[in-house]
Amino acid sequence: MSFYQGLQADVVAFRGHNGDTGEAYYARPTRAGRFPGIVVIHHLPGWDEWIMEVVRKFAHHGFAAISHHLYFREGEGSPDDIGARVRAAGGVADAQVVGDTAGAMAFLRAQSNSNGKIGLIGFCSGGRHCYLAACSLPGVDAAVDCWGGNVIVDNPKELNDKRPVAPIDLTEKMTAPLLGLFGNDDANPTADQVNRTEAVLKKLGKNYEFYRYDGAGHAFFNTSRDAYRPEQALDGWKKVFAFYNRHLAAAAAGIAAE
Amino acid sequence: MCSYIVEKAALVGSAKGRKGWMRIDTANVYFDHPYHSTLDHVLAIDFTNEGEGGRDRVAVELSADSARALVERILAALASGDSAHAAPAPTIAVSAAE
Repeated sequence: MSFYQGLQADVVAFRGHNGDTGEAYYARPTRAGRFPGIVVIHHLPGWDEWIMEVVRKFAHHGFAAISHHLYFREGEGSPDDIGARVRAAGGVADAQVVGDTAGAMAFLRAQSNSNGKIGLIGFCSGGRHCYLAACSLPGVDAAVDCWGGNVIVDNPKELNDKRPVAPIDLTEKMTAPLLGLFGNDDANPTADQVNRTEAVLKKLGKNYEFYRYDGAGHAFFNTSRDAYRPEQALDGWKKVFAFYNRHLAAAAAGIAAE
Repeated sequence: MCSYIVEKAALVGSAKGRKGWMRIDTANVYFDHPYHSTLDHVLAIDFTNEGEGGRDRVAVELSADSARALVERILAALASGDSAHAAPAPTIAVSAAE
């Protein structure tokens, strides 16, 4: 068997919040087997090419991964234009994101290649959405928050109809183990906010691992940004795969993170 | 910083986009993560016509420094324009040929 193995990626339909049908990017190994599922929650700018690369990376490493387009209700158009319209309208509602994420999880579990385990990962605003979904949805087996901002909301004026509750206030309901990755130079979340989030998790006896990286800020995994920090990102990816392999019983044949 | 902060400016004007020229009535202005630029944060402006649904836009993503410099140049151009266009029209001497 070759060291590298094939994968297949497609745009698929999924049933989201309120039964609405949206599109998602789905990649999985082509070899026979049962694989853990990963739901990749995209960042605020939108459903962009880097997120598709992340989905394929998971498939390469032996996971069936999906990224659901959180802005699909805006209709046809390029993801950047759609993202701009959503931003101008104040973003998407938390309840809708959680419902859509439940739909993406259901899609993965319905596939014949599923091993029944589901992990979530989100970046930037998607990290916040990941934290929120892990506190709101049953059946999450592991969650990875990559530098999600606004998990702690220090200014109550930032709460509104779309984002009525700070995710930190839902932490009691989190049942899945949580991995958090953060850059110490990040402005949102700040190092202090990360510390305060960890204090709540610790106080509530949650199963979590937090890693903080010096010399890194926001989005330090993102190879298409100046923020990319290869050394920290390589270590971070190792942490992600080790975490998922531990909690999702990943196929032993999965390729180790490099 | 993944904010949802958007400053809206009402505009009267036109912009040339993917489908050619269009009238615009709004600029959505924000400072946040870009879609295309490699910078961590950009000053982004989306020129749109919200009166017609806002589906088309002309977008720019600028570094903070260049955005500030642009603001200065816009104000300088407007000041020069006000000065030039407010000046009385030059008189042209016409001498009648005898």
